[in-house]
Amino acid sequence: MSQMQAQKLVLEARGLTKRYGHVTALDGTDFELRSGEILAVIGDNGAGKSSLIKALSGAMVPDEGQILLDGAQVSFKSPIDARREGIETVYQDLAVVPAMTIAENLFLGREILRPGRLGRFMRLLDKKRMLVESQSYMDGLKIGLRSITQAVETLSGGQRQGVAVARSAAFARHVVIMDEPTAALGVKEGNMVLQLIRNVRDKGLPVIIISHNMPHVFEIADRIHIQRLGRRAAIVNPKRISMSDTVAVMTGAMQAQDLPAECLS
Amino acid sequence: MPGEIVKSLTRAHWPTGFLPLSSLGPLAALLLACLFFSTQSDRFLSLQNFSLILQQVMVVGTIAIGQTLIILTAGIDLSCGAIMALANVAMAKFAVQYGWDPYLAIVVGIALSTGFGMINGLLVTKARLPSFIVTLATLNIAFAFTQIFSGAETITNLPPAMTALGNPLMVFGAPVLWGSLVMLGLYLLTWWVLRDTAPGRHVYAVGNNIESARLTGIATNRVLLGVYTAAGLLYGIAALLSVARTGVGDPQAGQTDNLASITAVVLGGTSLFGGRGVVLGSLVGALIVGVFVNGLTLMGVQSVYQMLITGILVLLAVATDQMVHKRR
Repeated sequence: MSQMQAQKLVLEARGLTKRYGHVTALDGTDFELRSGEILAVIGDNGAGKSSLIKALSGAMVPDEGQILLDGAQVSFKSPIDARREGIETVYQDLAVVPAMTIAENLFLGREILRPGRLGRFMRLLDKKRMLVESQSYMDGLKIGLRSITQAVETLSGGQRQGVAVARSAAFARHVVIMDEPTAALGVKEGNMVLQLIRNVRDKGLPVIIISHNMPHVFEIADRIHIQRLGRRAAIVNPKRISMSDTVAVMTGAMQAQDLPAECLS
Repeated sequence: MPGEIVKSLTRAHWPTGFLPLSSLGPLAALLLACLFFSTQSDRFLSLQNFSLILQQVMVVGTIAIGQTLIILTAGIDLSCGAIMALANVAMAKFAVQYGWDPYLAIVVGIALSTGFGMINGLLVTKARLPSFIVTLATLNIAFAFTQIFSGAETITNLPPAMTALGNPLMVFGAPVLWGSLVMLGLYLLTWWVLRDTAPGRHVYAVGNNIESARLTGIATNRVLLGVYTAAGLLYGIAALLSVARTGVGDPQAGQTDNLASITAVVLGGTSLFGGRGVVLGSLVGALIVGVFVNGLTLMGVQSVYQMLITGILVLLAVATDQMVHKRR
């Protein structure tokens, strides 16, 4: 236990609360992400996992509670704020522009401009540099694309997911958050994306994934954060707990304190 | 190796190469039309006639640049012709009846239409109204302002400075209006901005998928506001060209230019769903209409048939666009 506590926390939340009218989406939830890990967040519908992720990615401002990045308190008013702090989010609908190329999508909204006046005042693009850099990101991630100048709409679902993951990995300095990264993918493509997520972690970036797919969660996560009724019910170790016990905690059929201590993490 | 890849790709595949394949269709149509009319009338194929066509399309062509920007963001502008007419009578009246310096009158007229464009943009972004409704309203407002302000009367005796762009420049013995050159210059400038600058690419991103654009950090409202304002500026320049070409301030100007400019944009291959298209296509589109009107007139065909043929052309262009996109 003491060895685990010594591990550095990259992203931490304490007592996050969010109410929408009479509905309490988050009821004082805590959250911890360690450096270099893949943390899965699971929970039943309405457990508050989306709200938790929205708060961490800046898409929603919590009513109460603190968010700490590398131990320092931060407050995100928008996803742009979170991104400025090095937190990148892969949204479920991917946030790619289909008619544009892979390279353009990688740099969309943060294009590399020409040095000097041409860039500063004319906002002229440095296409060559963007192409070289996109090529090296894509080579590094091995998603097997023919050309980075293909339009995204010509790609398969898994490849599009790969582009979105690659974009986050390329720009994230702190954390990558992925919302249902394997939803709506076939078996082969799902595995490809899982491998991609491992690659991102192996580069040293901690990853948070939200998923409904238990086999995928168990295959990839280092730890699992179980969200229930707006709070964190438990953090479990997927190597020590069965899938059915995890689901039991998630649905409330079993309490976290009833689990053997080695299951918790 | 990366160097070679980049060399081969920057030219051909970044969707910013010279012209994408989709714009070859309109160009082919234009060439075919020219070929056809040159067999029908021996007066068609001459530099004089071509410079006349250029002169005939210069106002609609300039308006179509602004219309293209708006259609690229998946919007539409019905007010363009009316805004152009307002700027048209405003600059003429300021110069002739108020005795302002003609350059000041021009600047104020263009500023007026830029302001109208900005109002369109604010209504689309802040009030979140559909562009069709917003510009339907501002079409009526601008038209009413034009009639009230001018008393529905044509303003004549313009100072020479105001009509200077209507003067010809001799190119290989054919008179080309300075205004036509202004239109061509604006096309090249807009094409470059859309292709090579970050704000230009953001116009495409916003038009193709506004939600994704927002999530990637693009200030989508600022892009939209910029587009509608720039369109207003272009309508103001079109107003100056219109004044220069006709030599009068005309409250009846531009009444069909909204639909004519949309026709040019669609014929030029820009998708009405936004995010796809090249502004130079709209120039080709405007020229296709110009060539048909000119050629049919030379053949002595009545103008109602010219409209009939324009309608058929638009249907053909949209049907081709649909067929191309279904394959995706």
